[in-house]
Amino acid sequence: MIFRSLVAAMLLVAGVVHAADAPTVKASDGWLRVLPGNLPAGGYVSFENVSDRAVSIVGASSADYADAMVHRSSTDGGMGRMEMVDSVPLPPKGKLAFSPGGYHVMLMGAKHPVKPGDKVVVTFALSDGEKLPVTFLARPANATGPTD
Amino acid sequence: MAGTGGVSFPGYVAECRMKPSFSCRALGALLILIALVCVSGCQHEPQPAWRLTDVSGHLPDLDFRLTDDNGKAVTGADFKGKVTLMYFGYTHCPDVCPLTLTQLHVVLDRLGAPADNVRILFVSVDPKRDTPEIMHAYVNAFDKRAVGLVGSDADVEALAKRYRSAFTREPDRGDGAYDVSHSSAIYFFDAQGKARLLATPSASQDDMVHDLHLLTSLGAQP
Repeated sequence: MIFRSLVAAMLLVAGVVHAADAPTVKASDGWLRVLPGNLPAGGYVSFENVSDRAVSIVGASSADYADAMVHRSSTDGGMGRMEMVDSVPLPPKGKLAFSPGGYHVMLMGAKHPVKPGDKVVVTFALSDGEKLPVTFLARPANATGPTD
Repeated sequence: MAGTGGVSFPGYVAECRMKPSFSCRALGALLILIALVCVSGCQHEPQPAWRLTDVSGHLPDLDFRLTDDNGKAVTGADFKGKVTLMYFGYTHCPDVCPLTLTQLHVVLDRLGAPADNVRILFVSVDPKRDTPEIMHAYVNAFDKRAVGLVGSDADVEALAKRYRSAFTREPDRGDGAYDVSHSSAIYFFDAQGKARLLATPSASQDDMVHDLHLLTSLGAQP
């Protein structure tokens, strides 16, 4: 009896591990730029859609910030502006980077001070209902990327 | 590069054809002005081989009355003897402003010792939220050679207009938070306060370092 429930539990765990092993989208090199005070921070990350179907990033949230929004900056016509983005399409087998001057996740209202070196989890919502938690490394204001 | 004395803004012009707006009209006016001035007399003494856009003689000298990030009243004249890089932005800008200030920080580090004679002037286009204290913490997080400048709406607008720059406060996002769209140009002034060069945030760091070497060595001469 005990043995049987143990096997069942192991199968259950294996199932969970298997599901986590085959995500639709992989994320890497997440980092965010820490600004002084409680100014909003921009977060950057590289996505890769490893599946054969199109999927979109449709939202973001973080337990460490009051609000997270996907934005896109542009400097068209010599004007720097930002726009909110409802959906970022990731084509099948496609790659897309959130990087300074383009797509970024804007993190507002830090619930506790975030210092360079800290790690923050931002969870992205995908159009297929999947949740994609990504670890972001907090970097100094004048950092140029996830590492020096 | 266009021919002798010529100035071209291909990126701006292409975009402006698509979306006419205040900033585009202002840029258009700037281009026409530069073209006219060039026709009337651009064949002067040989100029240094700039890689960025040469605006010598086409934009007014550095002049303003604002408050610096230590709360002190300052004017353009206070920066005589320093090469200055002026950029309009605001602290609640999480992406493009940090990107530009970081790029200027990297450029000044690469420039080395001559960078002691360079100041980044970060002018806030968001006087409502940007106090000298906030600006102080913000600019120093990027570079010790950066100075934050704040002023009244009218003062900042006058300065932006003087350099044919533009900014627009975007609608509130509902929680009191809002963005400000602003010109992304970086204005380079020589140590005498003369406008010399114009760069965009996408300009190459090599070109900026190259031109700053030239500009700081001009400044060293009496």
